[in-house]
Amino acid sequence: MSEKQKHATAYWKENLKYLVILLFIWFAVSYGCGILFKEELNQFRLGGFKLGFWFAQQGSIYVFVILIFVYVRLMNKLDKKYGFDE
Amino acid sequence: MSVQTWTWILVGLTFALYFGIAIWARAGSTKEFYVAGGGVSPLANGMATAADWMSAASFISMAGLISFMGYDGSVFLMGWTGGYVLLALLLAPYLRKFGKFTVPDFIGDRYYSNTARTVAVICALIVSFTYVAGQMRGVGIVFSQFLQVDINLGVVIGMTVVLIFAFLGGMKGITYTQVAQYCVLIFAFMVPAFFISMQMTGNIIPQIGMGGTVEDGTFLLDKLDALHTQLGFNEYTSGTKTTWDVFAITLALMVGTAGLPHVIVRFFTVPKVKDARKSAGLALLFIAILYTTAPAIAVFARTNLIETVSNTEYKEVPEWFKNWENTGLIAWSDKNGDGKIQYVAGSALEGKKPVYSDVRGTNGERMITNANATTENELYVDRDIMVLANPEIAKLPNWVIALVAAGGLAAALSTAAGLLLVISTSISHDLIKKQLKPDISEKGELLAARISILVAIIIAGLFGIYPPGFVAAVVALAFGLAAASFFPAIILGIFDKRMNKQGAVAGMIVGIVLMLYYMIVYKTGLIGVMDPKPATEWWFGTSPEGFGTIAMLVNVVVSVVVSRLTAAPPENVQEMVENIRIPSGAGEASSH
Repeated sequence: MSEKQKHATAYWKENLKYLVILLFIWFAVSYGCGILFKEELNQFRLGGFKLGFWFAQQGSIYVFVILIFVYVRLMNKLDKKYGFDE
Repeated sequence: MSVQTWTWILVGLTFALYFGIAIWARAGSTKEFYVAGGGVSPLANGMATAADWMSAASFISMAGLISFMGYDGSVFLMGWTGGYVLLALLLAPYLRKFGKFTVPDFIGDRYYSNTARTVAVICALIVSFTYVAGQMRGVGIVFSQFLQVDINLGVVIGMTVVLIFAFLGGMKGITYTQVAQYCVLIFAFMVPAFFISMQMTGNIIPQIGMGGTVEDGTFLLDKLDALHTQLGFNEYTSGTKTTWDVFAITLALMVGTAGLPHVIVRFFTVPKVKDARKSAGLALLFIAILYTTAPAIAVFARTNLIETVSNTEYKEVPEWFKNWENTGLIAWSDKNGDGKIQYVAGSALEGKKPVYSDVRGTNGERMITNANATTENELYVDRDIMVLANPEIAKLPNWVIALVAAGGLAAALSTAAGLLLVISTSISHDLIKKQLKPDISEKGELLAARISILVAIIIAGLFGIYPPGFVAAVVALAFGLAAASFFPAIILGIFDKRMNKQGAVAGMIVGIVLMLYYMIVYKTGLIGVMDPKPATEWWFGTSPEGFGTIAMLVNVVVSVVVSRLTAAPPENVQEMVENIRIPSGAGEASSH
């Protein structure tokens, strides 16, 4: 395998690792906190919000935005590390 | 000045702005026409994507829907934002690296097959047409509501405006118009929200006000829950849908969002892979501003509505109540003859919409000819009035009310334009250039694109003027269709090198046919042949809106199984997949 191909394989591996972690959080805040465990979380409160309800109508959306920007940062670094940046 | 004058002024000003941009951003080449020359900055692309994405439904109907659905409305909030995470992480960077014009382009090249390309074109057309019909109707409704223009004339005006900027500028014109439209619509959405949040909770930020306290010191949401329980509704913060159905609908909407061709194509317009990632983030940020405000508006409006009308004498209701009654979006039938409005759980009348007679009742209300339903509820309220009437209910100044009209139009027009472009590109590029007449000149292709956009607008306008009964029901299902067809084919095309033509084609066909079948059997029925079957017969208790999730899974399974049983894709295609996984060397979007 050439140097470039090795880099490409390693790059892809790390990329997949990031995806798994970020998508796990994506799933946990929306489907986890907002839907599946909503009743349990509703016993806690965040100001006037029941926590499960807050995740479903507010919190998950904030986390989504943050997730994408974290991904942008991680990938920009990864591009540099393997010399794929422009 | 009256609301009417303000509306004309604001709508006139914003339209003049859109025209100016259209003339400034004329497209000279197919590349400018299809992907704005590939030189749009991530910030501009983010705004344009947000405007493209937020339709008349997001702007006018969503807050209203949520205010009647309470917790169940979360499916729209999470579903229509969470898809951007999938888009940013799984699709946008790779499709940008691939660097062609359209989704069928990707499908056709990745699966080295014109059959796959054609299936993708057909899916794109089905999805986009169901969606655009609803937008045109939305334009008509805003015009008729605020400017007392006939609905059909409103549709024609809307068509003409879209025609001018889409026809001249293609993607380039549309992109820069959408940037302006985003600014108009978000301003129009936020201003009333600030006012109302301040009025009700003393906090100007609606996202915080929603969790704040009202005058008597109780939390707003607790108060609303209490009001709901008292009147026999479900608690606002808990829903009526099953957990599985909420899960399925949310997933179908998310995946559908990531699979909508008019959203995906936006990421072909930025210069680099890096920019595609960033602009997906910016787009979601711009969308999130509206999407986190909408549930707050829903809570404010719901509380205001209940407090204003419940047990109030009809003679004492505020002016807006009677105005909307006159427009036909509110109806009251004094069932127990006490002259007061009883607003409790259950539908007030038989049939879906009130049918008015010309007679006025003893209290001065418009009489309806619908039979009374056997509930104690006396009030019919159309969900759409929540955003439109909210400024009036909260007694905001006239210019704010007019602003909402301009915002609603911006939302509807920007989405319609984006969809029409996808339709015209599918025809001129994917069908004519790539299949029927590959030797067509650049000029010829550009002309074909403009002619198909003209035809598409006329068809969309006709849908708006003569809405087939099924349109409203089907718009929500466009997401299910996108989820069931495109999403798996694209994702597997990037992440599964072994995926081949047979697998993808089989998956797309099985997915979309299954979704259409379920839609017809359980939602729309076949006119004159059969009625839709009831909810008790749903598969695994899945509503048609959530069925996209199941159809998508079936698509994935079929694709994987079929691909493993047939030959691996050719060497050069596997190389192409390896190549799109690496961001560098994206170059400009090209047709060759």
